Amino acid sequence: MTQFSVNGRAVTVDADADTPLLWALRDSLGLTGTKFGCGIAACGACTVHIDGQPVRSCSFPLGAVSGKQVLTIEGLSHDRSHPLQKAWIEEQVPQCGYCQSGMIMAAAALIKERPHPSGEEIDAAITNLCRCGTYARIRSAIHRAARGMP
Amino acid sequence: MRTGAVGAVLIAGVVAAGALALVQPSRSQTGNRVPESVAAFAKVASVLASPRCQNCHTLTNFPRQGDDRHAHLFNVTRGGVDHGAPGLPCSTCHGKSNNAASGAPGAVEVWRLAPLAMGWDDLSTGALCRHLTDPQHNGYRNGRQIIDHLQSPLVTWAWSPGFDRNGRPRTLPPVSYPDFVRAAELWVSAGVPCP
Repeated sequence: MTQFSVNGRAVTVDADADTPLLWALRDSLGLTGTKFGCGIAACGACTVHIDGQPVRSCSFPLGAVSGKQVLTIEGLSHDRSHPLQKAWIEEQVPQCGYCQSGMIMAAAALIKERPHPSGEEIDAAITNLCRCGTYARIRSAIHRAARGMP
Repeated sequence: MRTGAVGAVLIAGVVAAGALALVQPSRSQTGNRVPESVAAFAKVASVLASPRCQNCHTLTNFPRQGDDRHAHLFNVTRGGVDHGAPGLPCSTCHGKSNNAASGAPGAVEVWRLAPLAMGWDDLSTGALCRHLTDPQHNGYRNGRQIIDHLQSPLVTWAWSPGFDRNGRPRTLPPVSYPDFVRAAELWVSAGVPCP
């Protein structure tokens, strides 16, 4: 049994400690906004935050999340009002959309630390992969969201 | 302001000189153990030159990977405090243990690069020795503290590096961990002589 918090809600998951956190989120807790991409922490589609830090949940063992606070795309805002969510819509970023929840969570980690990131900082922080090649729009959306940041 | 700056430099100099004095005993203390301890340092250097150490003790603004020491995939960068770029800390992928599924290495200690000042890409054995005994390049550690550093999880990880993302076991340093520590202790006890 692993007890932790997801999007502010206390949860208990009955699974092996080495189960990837991603499976616990999707299969045990029904939070399917976080996606499986590569399964080796390379593409970033599974990005969530643990205690405020971005983590590739496909490669993060459930046992290591005990007592911690997990934030998924579902918990970023309750009404799609996060500056990144609004910017993503305004810039019409997604094409197929599969990688985008991971992209937004990675971007959220960046602007939390750098509210007004340079293009170079965006390039360094967002290593997530997008098969549709939406990178230019992702960058524009992050800049747009940053303009709305205090 | 200027006086304060000069004072700070003087204080830093005194601290540095003190640390250096702790690291390097006089020649009379080392006696004729120097050849033996220089040989011991060669053994230490062979470990420090291994990819398991060098890949994170880089003089670059990015970590390296693999025995061929290629730049870390995905344009991963050092960041301002050696923990990765803002928004992409090393801990995004590197956990508390080696990950058999992804091949991402991990350790109990937070995964990070050694500071730039402690980089030693491709230094000769002599240059590496002088680097390690220079307080400005060794984190102001004295000999005992250098030995203590060898116990840290990021150092001991080199002898249990797990498997890479292709399932191949990572190569180990050329010297066993106990032999490495013994050689380092011999070198330190002799006053850190350099070849």
